[in-house]
Amino acid sequence: MDTDQLIRSLAADNAHRAPRVGAVLTMALLVAAPLSILIFATFLGVRADVMSAMHNPFFDMKFAVTLSLAIPAIIVSLHLSRPEALMRGWGWLLLLPVGLLAVAIGSETMMAPAMPMTMRLMGKNSRVCLLAIPAMSLPLLAGALFGLRHGAPSHPALAGALAGLLSAGLAATLYASHCTDDSPLFVATWYTLATALVAAIGAYAGSRVLRY
Amino acid sequence: MRGREDEWTGLMRSAMAGDDAAYHRLLRAVTPVLRAAARRGLARAGQPPDQAEDIVQEILLAVHLKRHTWDSEAPFAPWLFAIARNKLIDTLRRRGRRVFVNIDDFAETLPGEVPEETASAGEVATQLSTLPQRQRDVLQSIAVDSTSIKDTAAKFSMSEGAVRVALHRGLAALTAKLRDH
Repeated sequence: MDTDQLIRSLAADNAHRAPRVGAVLTMALLVAAPLSILIFATFLGVRADVMSAMHNPFFDMKFAVTLSLAIPAIIVSLHLSRPEALMRGWGWLLLLPVGLLAVAIGSETMMAPAMPMTMRLMGKNSRVCLLAIPAMSLPLLAGALFGLRHGAPSHPALAGALAGLLSAGLAATLYASHCTDDSPLFVATWYTLATALVAAIGAYAGSRVLRY
Repeated sequence: MRGREDEWTGLMRSAMAGDDAAYHRLLRAVTPVLRAAARRGLARAGQPPDQAEDIVQEILLAVHLKRHTWDSEAPFAPWLFAIARNKLIDTLRRRGRRVFVNIDDFAETLPGEVPEETASAGEVATQLSTLPQRQRDVLQSIAVDSTSIKDTAAKFSMSEGAVRVALHRGLAALTAKLRDH
């Protein structure tokens, strides 16, 4: 087939309209979310003392941190789904959760905490955390990759890592309502490790499935 | 250069608004520029230029199937060149070459050095033959025989809607095969 002929067939298909990447990503995440929620409801559930925990600012802070990862990661991943997009000017969005955590750790230190630092850092749930966040992330990660496949990222591994970050951020938001460790030191250590794992899986998967 | 790129942006806006003729004109206008850049990229990688047309066709298919990622407020050329660069890198990588692709290969093309001919490429034709019968028939009819969608529908006793679906699926399948082969 010569190129003029190919062009003719493309022009004939001009009427076909694809949905925006954001719409496909939203749909895919909405389809995947019930699976993650099912894992949460089956194995974890909301912690028993949630009503009193809500008065603890460090409990609330966990959601601020996880959502400040998930929402910017969604925004940046959509940005990167355009072929000419660069990270420049967008990367700082991903530092939001880091900044929040730093502020939280600082304020906890100043408040003369009840437990020694190592106990706060190690907590009681580190192993569950490392397992639960990736497990609940996986359905969301699959959805995110499906949605981003609709785009045209020039850096598939980077876009895949962003898919990992956004799914880990969403999964960690669920997990935060289960976990009784509220110290920002615990969050900064174990949530971060779990998130890094999911981001690595996402980068690897992205490099394979996000090429267009 | 500036004028040319503004014209492309205008054509793409019209195309997205449903003007098939503008879209046809745009694709024809960018093809020689893509071809010259692909040749230059291949030459730089020490590859023979005879694969240039395969790359051009892959770029055109990607442009077509990913055009919803173009922001109609943004200029068209940077978007186009990003896709073109990506496809050139992919092709060179598949052939196991170390890749040095300069974005300027695409941006710097001067109108004078643009070859005007159309050329056929092997890869699309090869993959075309592996498509399901119906998609292949429809693509052949529209692309090669230059038959309209309406007449193609009559020829194969299909509805126009079915022809459109087969055409789009055929193009999407072709692109996937080119990417994965």
